[in-house]
Amino acid sequence: MSADAELKSYRFRAERETEWKALERLLDKVQSRGPHALDREEMLRLPELYRAAVSSLSTARAVALDRNLIAYLEGLCTRGYLFMYGPRTTLRRRLGEFFAFDWPDAVRRAGWATLLSALCMFGAALVAYFMVMNDPEWFYSFRAGFVDERSPEATAEQLRDTLYTENYDIGESLATFAGFLFANNTLVSLLAFALGFAVGIPTALLLMYNGLVVGAFFALYTSKGLGYELGGWLLIHGVTELFAIVLAGAAGFLIGGRIVFPGNMRRIDAIAEAGKQAGTIGMGVVIMLLIAALLEGFGRQLINSDEIRYTIAISSLIFWCVYFYTPRGRPSR
Amino acid sequence: MSAEQIKQRRDRQANKRREERFWREIVTPEGATIRLRLADVTERGAALLIDAGIMLLSLILFAMVLGAFNVFNQASQLVFILVFFFLRAFYFTAFELGRKAATPGKRIMRLRVVAREGRQLTANAVFARNAMRELEVFLPFIVLIGGPGDDQFSGLMNLVLVIWLLVFVLLPFTNKDRLRAGDMVAGTWVMRNPRLDLKADISTASSAKDDLFTFSTEQLSAYGEHELLVLEDVLRSGTEEVVQAVATRIRGRIDWEKGPDETDRAFLEAFYTKLRQTLETRMLFGNRKRDKFDSE
Repeated sequence: MSADAELKSYRFRAERETEWKALERLLDKVQSRGPHALDREEMLRLPELYRAAVSSLSTARAVALDRNLIAYLEGLCTRGYLFMYGPRTTLRRRLGEFFAFDWPDAVRRAGWATLLSALCMFGAALVAYFMVMNDPEWFYSFRAGFVDERSPEATAEQLRDTLYTENYDIGESLATFAGFLFANNTLVSLLAFALGFAVGIPTALLLMYNGLVVGAFFALYTSKGLGYELGGWLLIHGVTELFAIVLAGAAGFLIGGRIVFPGNMRRIDAIAEAGKQAGTIGMGVVIMLLIAALLEGFGRQLINSDEIRYTIAISSLIFWCVYFYTPRGRPSR
Repeated sequence: MSAEQIKQRRDRQANKRREERFWREIVTPEGATIRLRLADVTERGAALLIDAGIMLLSLILFAMVLGAFNVFNQASQLVFILVFFFLRAFYFTAFELGRKAATPGKRIMRLRVVAREGRQLTANAVFARNAMRELEVFLPFIVLIGGPGDDQFSGLMNLVLVIWLLVFVLLPFTNKDRLRAGDMVAGTWVMRNPRLDLKADISTASSAKDDLFTFSTEQLSAYGEHELLVLEDVLRSGTEEVVQAVATRIRGRIDWEKGPDETDRAFLEAFYTKLRQTLETRMLFGNRKRDKFDSE
């Protein structure tokens, strides 16, 4: 061994170091300014440099005992890998795909869960309806703590006033919009989704509770002869909103179902698979709720005719059903 | 081996195993293995606290701006509620969908979100993992500040609720990937962002080539790969006292007579270079020496 001989592992490093540094610079550029920051030549060079770095790492592990060098190469390859095999589509294309295929597909594949979810909510609504029709005292149990002027003691005239708006006020529209968006819809849906993790039972309870409130209100208004009018008031946005809540519950059931019955997968993989579908549905639910909140805040305030309210309700139901349940072929990529 | 040495070695190996538990291997399509270091619970907790702080601070700032302009009417309350809503529902999702796949808190802690086993991270997964926060973070928080005393719930119900929520909060401690419920549902990991810091090779230091230092085969077989890596750490980041202490110990072990002009650092650099050369050659022949106790 001559004293001035370079180590083989150092020669290996010296020959390739410039390429590694070049890759590092390109990755830095992509990460801070996005893939568009690269020009054509750099775009072509990046995969080349990445593959060279990966092969350097394999070699380095076999020939070098320099910890700093190996740690550097591991980090470099990891960053390269995450870029090379990270999400490749642009946001716009991704959004397009989401609305055209991913979302309706995910909803259609969740048929049974949707049915179960709808059953929980509307079943409970029906039960509450008959209970309150029999004995109005039940109304207070379902609305525990939230009773306002809409109670069995109110006259039909007072109740009618709550359904129509005489002096339109944009501030009030915004208030309803924000209030419901914040207080109820989105958070209830997020919760219904999240609770699915607990084998779906709390999801069912939440859906039933929601259904009970709706049913109790229907009974209250029907008993004063205002059932038809309440229908218009509620369904103009309610079709979209209740549909969204049912779907959020379905997403929760999907997750809960796979936890109990993972099939022939590892439980953790089964949950992740269901979670992906449920997540897609969940994102859509947030969008539906935004639409519902707009309809509620503005539509209901501005439109005071029962016929038009029902028309909007029915056409939105048709729209959602056609959108979700018409089969469509995904173009092969 | 003395009892003390045996204990040291056992501790060292236990530490190594503990650290190994946080590494996950992925085989890339090129056939190379890369390793990801998962974040541990403390790092993730710190990131969450930072994010919570940022959210809280922005709300307070926003309220102060409203206060400064003296506009506490219905509309400003609404805007405030909206801001709160958007922060709560979309703060995490929006940031994790970005290029760095991390919220500001995670960025500060040098973490990022990746799909489990190196698969593609999708928008759906990011949504799912953050929707679960409702249950894991916000609900316990509300229970915490709301506290008991609500007429609707008896004491027992409150207890059940707290236990139930604790299950979610403590979930990351119970599995080896440190997954919270959101990670399970979304199929994600949170990993440490690799730091890229290529330092100069010690074997190129001028003293390493000095002719003063020639070691016999016996002297170079006194240590193994583990000691080489420790020596690398000492040379890269040890203080002068540590360098001196280590040099003295090595000289003692290999019977090296300190020369008149020889500095501790120069001696260590030269010894490191020769030792690495020896061990790398052995490695190439498939005859590795893991540490100084590894027999021939």
